[in-house]
Amino acid sequence: MQVEMTVNGRHRSDDVEPRMLLAHYLRDVCGLKATNIGCDTTSCGACTVHLDGESVKSCTVLAVQCEGNAVRTLEGLAEGDELHPVQAAFRREHALQCGFCTPGMVMAVAALLERNRQPSEEEIRQGLEGNICRCTGYHNIIRATQAAAEASA
Amino acid sequence: MIPAAFDYVRAGSIAEAVELLAEHGDEAKLIAGGHSLLPMMKLRLAFPSVLIDVGRVAEASYIRVEDEIVAIGALTRHAVVAASPELAANAPLLARAAGLVGDPQVRNRGTIGGSLAHADPAADLPAAVLASDAVLVAAGPAGRREIPAGEFFTGYYETALSPQEVLLEVRVPMTGPSGWHYEKFTRRANDWAIVAVAVVAGRVALANMGSTPLRATAVEAALRGGADVAEAARAAAEGTEPIGDLNADPEFRRHLARVLTRRSLQAAAG
Repeated sequence: MQVEMTVNGRHRSDDVEPRMLLAHYLRDVCGLKATNIGCDTTSCGACTVHLDGESVKSCTVLAVQCEGNAVRTLEGLAEGDELHPVQAAFRREHALQCGFCTPGMVMAVAALLERNRQPSEEEIRQGLEGNICRCTGYHNIIRATQAAAEASA
Repeated sequence: MIPAAFDYVRAGSIAEAVELLAEHGDEAKLIAGGHSLLPMMKLRLAFPSVLIDVGRVAEASYIRVEDEIVAIGALTRHAVVAASPELAANAPLLARAAGLVGDPQVRNRGTIGGSLAHADPAADLPAAVLASDAVLVAAGPAGRREIPAGEFFTGYYETALSPQEVLLEVRVPMTGPSGWHYEKFTRRANDWAIVAVAVVAGRVALANMGSTPLRATAVEAALRGGADVAEAARAAAEGTEPIGDLNADPEFRRHLARVLTRRSLQAAAG
């Protein structure tokens, strides 16, 4: 069936199967490969994108459920060559090792900071409950989130 | 993982959803946030031939304060329930339980009606509505009916809803801001409860201690009879039939029920 939505500010209209998941739509139809599929069971958060400004796990949303909505992926975060403050902070604070969780982690942090500009460490840890990283032990991710909050203050 | 193929229709209103359910019968499933249904469809544990999307029915997403009741529309998302000032002031147990469902992304999509209709005995909101003595309102071809929370959950993933009914509203009695607690035991941050205990207004409900959320009636009776908290909590596992799984065997679950009930009653007593 036909589905229309905005992806990273660009209007799209595509013919998809109703069972197509948003994660597959973004990767395979839109060609946006930053969104990773990790656990595929709504646990790991690697597929986190923004749906009308809220963080969601795109492995557990149907593309057809997004009719008329605005989706933002990691590719839509930077302004041209200028990294989003969260991306810049992740690079500066070395908040990644293998990088597989990073697109989802950055999107989750960006959504968290849009709701809460100066989160406490506890609020950051609670806010990132839905994103699993197997490399870093999270410390640098917390630090990057705090740095991004300070940079945007 | 990709779900089995299905036809997809959007309902513009609850009335339209009821009509579509009547038309498609048992083969159809309602979807709102999809955070219970889609994972089961991806595992092919569920394979409805028609999905009726009620996720955009704005008329069923609200939190309203009425006389002695807070009415929550079935399509209200967990994040909204968790952050509601009306619930914080009048029925905070519901807000707390909603705030512990899954993780932020899950709470942005999942709805209270979806969680209750899914009826996972390990879930947070079924235990919370049971402890709250809430009333669930369903709409069907014959009109509306009210179902007390104590009669709503009938088995694993089974409720008193007929295949043609839509859950419309959760009516939660006001309990005031104190005298409640929710204690959830998990191994991982965003997991289902291994056991959870909800306490409010002298009522105690247990999650994941049987095929449905359960009232700890022996604890409530002991409290009414004047037992102190520690003594009453020792009865928490009476009448329960917890499962054993990788997280906990039945005896550990019974132990957790007693300990978490004691902590919950102590916390509720302030």
